[in-house]
Amino acid sequence: MSALIEARGLTKRYGGFTAVDEIDLSIDEGEVFGFLGPNGSGKSTSILMMLGLTEPTAGTVRVCGHDPARNPLAVKRQVGYLPESVGFYGDLTGAQNLRFTAELNGIPRNEAEPRIAELLDTVELEDAANQPVAQYSRGMRQRLGLADVLLKRPRLVILDDPTLGLDPAGIVWLLGIIEELSARQGIAVFLSSHQLQEVQRVCHRVGIMSHGRIVLEGTVASLTAQTDAGGFRITLKVEGANAALDGALAALPSVREASRAGIDVVIESDEDVRAAAAAAVHEHGARLLEMRANDRTLEDIYLRYFQEAVA
Amino acid sequence: MSALFWKELADHFGRRRFTLLLGLVALGLVWGAFVDLGALAASGRRFFFLDVFTTTAGVPISLLSFLSFFGPVIGIALGFDAINGERTQGTLARLLAQPLHRDSVYNAKFLAALLTLGLVVASMMIVVIGLTMFRMGIAPTGEEVVRLTGLGLVTVAYLAFWLALAITASVLFRNTVTSALASIGMWFALGFLITLLGGVLADRIVPEIETTDDAVRHVNVESWAGRVSPAGLYSEATSILLDPIGGRALNLFTIEPERLEGLLSTPVSAGQSLQLVWPHIVVLVAMVAVLLAVSYVRFMREEIRA
Repeated sequence: MSALIEARGLTKRYGGFTAVDEIDLSIDEGEVFGFLGPNGSGKSTSILMMLGLTEPTAGTVRVCGHDPARNPLAVKRQVGYLPESVGFYGDLTGAQNLRFTAELNGIPRNEAEPRIAELLDTVELEDAANQPVAQYSRGMRQRLGLADVLLKRPRLVILDDPTLGLDPAGIVWLLGIIEELSARQGIAVFLSSHQLQEVQRVCHRVGIMSHGRIVLEGTVASLTAQTDAGGFRITLKVEGANAALDGALAALPSVREASRAGIDVVIESDEDVRAAAAAAVHEHGARLLEMRANDRTLEDIYLRYFQEAVA
Repeated sequence: MSALFWKELADHFGRRRFTLLLGLVALGLVWGAFVDLGALAASGRRFFFLDVFTTTAGVPISLLSFLSFFGPVIGIALGFDAINGERTQGTLARLLAQPLHRDSVYNAKFLAALLTLGLVVASMMIVVIGLTMFRMGIAPTGEEVVRLTGLGLVTVAYLAFWLALAITASVLFRNTVTSALASIGMWFALGFLITLLGGVLADRIVPEIETTDDAVRHVNVESWAGRVSPAGLYSEATSILLDPIGGRALNLFTIEPERLEGLLSTPVSAGQSLQLVWPHIVVLVAMVAVLLAVSYVRFMREEIRA
């Protein structure tokens, strides 16, 4: 079985600026892939190339076995795409908008009607089906967008930042749908986002984009292991800390860095120095309120690339 | 493509633009009712159904001049937000994610607007002709029918030019307001300025008119400058079509003066008039084709970012 998305050295340059820099990707049938990265890291541009909405400068991408630039129709028949800010015809109702999409996809009327009703039900818009979309809220539009994408019974769904502008309940709901799509219907989901929590929960695999490159790729578990490199981060809450204590903590063996803001102290080290740190706090007459050692989470990794992008 | 075509057509006849289109037909109704047919009959001319379109008797401005001045507004109104309107609405990316070719989007939009223009022009002309028949109690002759059909075709081609211009602007400019303003700017430039410039140019090239030759050259320079503009082409073509006697005056100066008198009292046949306006129609269609080609190339290669 070949991959649904297969990108090799995919590159997009705008003049002298390289938006996407030789990325390699492979998405399998039924997989949920989280495409993460800060704004402007080249996520959307990569997606546009996968759909033939812009031409790659170099490299190749094949979606469902077809080249989207040469044979866009074959790709678009099998792929549902929810753009970053999805729009509908405001003077048509939700159901009418879906009917139009069904017509564009050549779905016969008698098949389309029950399917539209079913999808409106899935996205919980059955009550608003006959309201003009102009009256829809942002969340409702997003949900209608999801119904619109699923109408053609796609093999692969590409969602460009679908949680943008959704409230927390809406995000949870959306993630539930995504999980169900992949688990029950075997639809592969390519999910681009700059929010992390959601991705950790529903994705089988993630890729992190930074400055147009995929800097990390793999399962969430393998990524944390990959970047952890045996390091520890120990956080303490200390009452009555002083400069002498700061010095003592920084001087502990294997400590790379120790910093303090108010009562919060963060120690980065190669080994577990909790016992030594507790002893040092006690020695300097301060009181230890709380201490935790955590592994680097995906969020830390992500934040690091985020900060790099900002800097 | 047909799904999009019908949706576009429904849009044009939908509430947004319907008032405008209806207004044009209503105008035909008013003109048809108020044109002073008595004055036309008294002038002793033989072509009532043609004169109804060109006369100013009983109405402030002839129907034809009105079409020539304000027809472009209709063409522009149907096209200025064709592509960038979808973009602003956020529907363009969604539309192009469906299995249809990019050129289908473009073609469906152009054809739906063109058909709308055709229907509106035809309705308006039928209203005017119908009213005139009702008031006069006579039917148009075969010759008049041929000429009026020609007028309808030239008018649609003329409006199609402004439609194509507006669609091109909607591809080139991201903002619907910008494209509307650009289209209206072009309307002023091509509709009015060129005609004025033609006069200036003719005065420059032929400063003093002393002989018949000078007069011929002056008129030639002026009319060639006018032919750069679709409005110039349109007024030339319609005057040939609607005035079987005077319309040939275009070539007035190439005819020997002693033959002129006899010629001017005999109308030319409809076939000959059509032959005369054929180049005008071809040039108008060619202008449309050039505009469409420009926006087509641009749109096909464009990046569709949501």
